[in-house]
Amino acid sequence: MPQYLLSVWFDEPYDDDVDLSTPETQRQMAQTAELNAEMERAGAWVFVAGLRPASSATVVRAAGGDVSMTDGPYAETKEQMGGLWVIEAADLDAALDWAAKAATVCGRPIEVRPTHA
Amino acid sequence: MPDLAEIFRGEAGRCTATLIRVLGDIDLAEDAVAEAFAIAAEQWPTTGVPPNPGGWITTTARNHAIDRLRRESTRTDRHLAALRLETDDMQPDHDPELDALDGFVDVVPDDQLRLMFLCCHPALATDAQVALTLRLLGGLDTPEIARAFVVPAPTLAQRIVRAKRKLRDNHAPYRVPHAAELPERLHAVLATIYLIYTEGHTATTGDSLTRVDLSREAIRLARVLTELMPDEPEAVGLLALTLLSEARRPARTAPDGSMIRLADQDRTQWDRMLISEGHTLVRACLRRDQPGPFQIQAAIAAVHADATTAAATDWSQIVALYDQLYAMRPNAVIALNRAVAIGEMRGAAAGLDALDSLDVTLLQDYQPYHAARADLLARAGPRDAALAAYDRAIELTANPTERRFLDRQRKAAADRTKASAADEESTS
Repeated sequence: MPQYLLSVWFDEPYDDDVDLSTPETQRQMAQTAELNAEMERAGAWVFVAGLRPASSATVVRAAGGDVSMTDGPYAETKEQMGGLWVIEAADLDAALDWAAKAATVCGRPIEVRPTHA
Repeated sequence: MPDLAEIFRGEAGRCTATLIRVLGDIDLAEDAVAEAFAIAAEQWPTTGVPPNPGGWITTTARNHAIDRLRRESTRTDRHLAALRLETDDMQPDHDPELDALDGFVDVVPDDQLRLMFLCCHPALATDAQVALTLRLLGGLDTPEIARAFVVPAPTLAQRIVRAKRKLRDNHAPYRVPHAAELPERLHAVLATIYLIYTEGHTATTGDSLTRVDLSREAIRLARVLTELMPDEPEAVGLLALTLLSEARRPARTAPDGSMIRLADQDRTQWDRMLISEGHTLVRACLRRDQPGPFQIQAAIAAVHADATTAAATDWSQIVALYDQLYAMRPNAVIALNRAVAIGEMRGAAAGLDALDSLDVTLLQDYQPYHAARADLLARAGPRDAALAAYDRAIELTANPTERRFLDRQRKAAADRTKASAADEESTS
């Protein structure tokens, strides 16, 4: 069955941890848990994770046997990934249906990207 | 000997649509159909055209595709497994075993519908939807589409390749959308066909005002869609709208190629056959009473077609239809057209009032806004403002024919300024 990455995008700077105590994030977390359960029941769920802020990232490069590390994130853009699902779906339309639910739950844009088969 | 190009144009979309289902891959299907047409071009001049040319092409294409897959059997698994489009029924053709493909080619009318929804999948950008629709359903080749849209052929070729790859990489399903998602998906198809029509109707660039090929192709696609989905009133509305617009085409351009406005057109040149077909469709929509944006626009076109002279136009009915359209789609362009209609119904000053009450932030770079405003100002406003509006409209016009028209209008407005200045001098 094809797999898709559903990534959650923050389009404001994501440098500090999300405040988990606000009613808004509490509600989002509860709804995300419900969606995860729904995905599991449907056999679509493979993996889910919320990410720490982009400022916590480190970039590692390997070139000619040398490994170097720099402060991240890699993409120096305002938009940063804040979380992700990997799902299995029969086809693109089924994946887009899950993405629509994910976008509703997170209140953020979701990018849908297929993996290599 | 009938025109092979004509047969190709009529049959290519249907054949490709069926072959995509049978082979599960767009590129394989396209190659197979092209090969079958090449064989037809070789054989038909001596053997004559078979009674069912589309069936002949489809079966020949299928057989050759299977032969080729057998010859290149190492590629077969890759093609049939990894590159397959997902079909959620049609299981016999879904079997990766080549032998299962040997069954007879069942031409399903739904195939073309599936292909329309695939080409207009909302995951694709609009320009990719248009290019893919013309290529796969219209049977136009890449240079033809590139010329029609005035983009370099390599750019267009890449656009098509990327769109096909995206559908394939994403396992886009080859099916007619389910009822729940149908309205939105159908709208994407209708919008794409209408975009093709309008591109043919007024080319955004290029030196000929109308591009018959694109308009005709859009009408053909709208016709196919209404045959396949006779119960979708918006599809019927789209067909009616394109027919009624197309009816005016002979009157839209003067012998020197310049543009003639609706108000100034010789209405005896309008195509009565197209108008009559359009009217019949609009009446059927009215009886069905499930109005939608395309049906209302078709009704507006029908009111224009009813008027034997511009002065006889029932503008109050047109304003009422724009009100209904705006209630459904509250956007600035519809509001602009409504203001123009009010200008016709109650005079240019009332039209200007309606125009000035709009939120124009979205219209600042919209050529028709400045052209309409210039026209109303020339009739009822300060003339300097009219000239400035003409200048802005001309600046925003890419079509040379339309630009010449606006140049003439501006000159007339400027001459009136001089004449009235002279009047004022003589009276003072």
